[in-house]
Amino acid sequence: MQLHFIDYLILALYFGFVLGIGWFLKKKIATSSDFLTSNKSIPLWITSLAFIAANLGAQELVGMCASGAKYGIMTAHFYWVGAIPAMIFVGVFMMPFYYGSRARSVPEYLKLRFDEKTRGFNAISFSAMTIFSSGISMYALGLLFQLVLGWSFTASIVLSAAIVLVYTLLGGLTSAMYNEVLQFFLIVLGFAPLAILSIYKAGGWDGMTARLSPQMTHSWRYLSEASANPMGVEIFGLVAGLGFVLSFGYWCTDYLVVQRAMAADSMASARLTPIMAAFPKMFIPFIVIIPGIAAMALTNMDVGYSLPPKGNAYDYNQAVTTLMAQFYPTGLLGVGLTALMASFMSGMAGNVTAFNTVWTYDIYQSYIRRGAADSHYLWVGRLTTIFGIALSIGTAYLTRLYNNLMDLLQLVFGVVNAPLFATFVLGMFWKRATGHGAFSGLVAGTSAALLTHGLTVAEDKGGWLAELHHFPSTMAQNFWIAIFAWSACFLVTVVVSLMTRPRPAEQLRGLVYGLTGIPKHPGVRWLMRPAPLSVIAGVICIALNVVFW
Amino acid sequence: MWDLRIPSGVFFIIVGVLLCIAGAVPVGMPAPLTETNVNLYTGMSFVVFGGVLLWLAKRKR
Repeated sequence: MQLHFIDYLILALYFGFVLGIGWFLKKKIATSSDFLTSNKSIPLWITSLAFIAANLGAQELVGMCASGAKYGIMTAHFYWVGAIPAMIFVGVFMMPFYYGSRARSVPEYLKLRFDEKTRGFNAISFSAMTIFSSGISMYALGLLFQLVLGWSFTASIVLSAAIVLVYTLLGGLTSAMYNEVLQFFLIVLGFAPLAILSIYKAGGWDGMTARLSPQMTHSWRYLSEASANPMGVEIFGLVAGLGFVLSFGYWCTDYLVVQRAMAADSMASARLTPIMAAFPKMFIPFIVIIPGIAAMALTNMDVGYSLPPKGNAYDYNQAVTTLMAQFYPTGLLGVGLTALMASFMSGMAGNVTAFNTVWTYDIYQSYIRRGAADSHYLWVGRLTTIFGIALSIGTAYLTRLYNNLMDLLQLVFGVVNAPLFATFVLGMFWKRATGHGAFSGLVAGTSAALLTHGLTVAEDKGGWLAELHHFPSTMAQNFWIAIFAWSACFLVTVVVSLMTRPRPAEQLRGLVYGLTGIPKHPGVRWLMRPAPLSVIAGVICIALNVVFW
Repeated sequence: MWDLRIPSGVFFIIVGVLLCIAGAVPVGMPAPLTETNVNLYTGMSFVVFGGVLLWLAKRKR
């Protein structure tokens, strides 16, 4: 693939605009709160699009297209079973506690609800995870640009990291979120032509259905047993592992996305952020997964396109770029690559802004230096941005060992987010849950996740303690790791909580269901309230599941 | 807060115009698997999208 002047011009224009947005917003930054949390001032349409754009990074575009080619339309379960119900849940039930408690971060909510050690555990594990995720994004970017354009791996990641660093340093979270919205528009508009052209060339949905095994074009029909579908999962593993634990664990407790909603300018906007975001989110599979399926169908046709081979299978991670090389001429190719760059940057900036807030407020201010002037924390926040990006570059080199990026990321979420969701469910909806219970549960859940990975094997991964069980795919292994982690955390939290003294009810007001008034939003039109919008989103999501049954 | 629709609208209009030019006067490499003038059509949709963003921003003012 060779770029021409106009392609570089589009890329340069994009760089100019994102840096310009950062430059323009730098005058809004006067305090650490402006820099790290946007001082709860961002309008709803920005928070909603930033909510999904922060998640629309490398793993989403490259990984989902790869998974589409590898597993077929079942990959859409990450959206229609996973993300959408979880986004509705966090908006309707959890945001009143996050936003209403006035906590600045998810770990800080844990401190208010439970205790300092629970906050510390979450802050440290979350910080490690964000750096890891950011490193994966960078790795994907560097590898892709090396393969496709022959650019140097190091030069690609340093260039993208430098741009993210500058606009985040200038305008903090506000700049990151505003840029995420521009990046979201660019990703959708830059990839939509690829979806249309590849699907059309493969003969539309009917043409793809005719050229692929039926397991690739049905999302539910072959889930009765693990051996009947390419993902190697059965219905319980999918619904409980992905649909419940992993997705709710990510969308409801991961500060990377929750931070966007917490930056909203009112409680109503904070609750509506994930719900409004659910509408565009449920249609993202049409531009990231369906092209992967089309790539597989085109490979089976004699049209001059084939997925690159890798060993005895295909190099699925190259699906998106090889499609671009075949369907995008000079000009649109520049847009496509810029959209890819935008997705990597939005993912990276999302991780970095979440990391610098948690590090500055939940680790540095809590354990290293309390009571300093706000200007000091603003300075630490900026320094942490540089530090976080440098660490991400380091981890980018570590992720070269893995094939499918989504599999790896699911494992990380299994270890960190899955048990955490049990902690939040009990913390928000059961006033008897105690700090000792939550902390013990988190340690038990994380240990259970690691133990399951160490005792089971899938595609030669895991089994570093013993090989007690073989899963048909790493995807299935990750779902079950999440189920065990969540269950262990839930059970241990309940048992230890019942054995320890609960906090008085008056200390839990605003933090626990039953002791907190549910916001009514009288000034908001009926149709724009969380409950009716959630019902509409839920109905559309169910309809999509039925259509692709 | 500052209206993001203005710079976003300007960005998509500029990129759209560049794509329309690339569609009208083909430069560089064509796409091997399609004969459709995708640059022109995508460019036109970018211009329309950018225009809608600017119109929405102007209407709010």
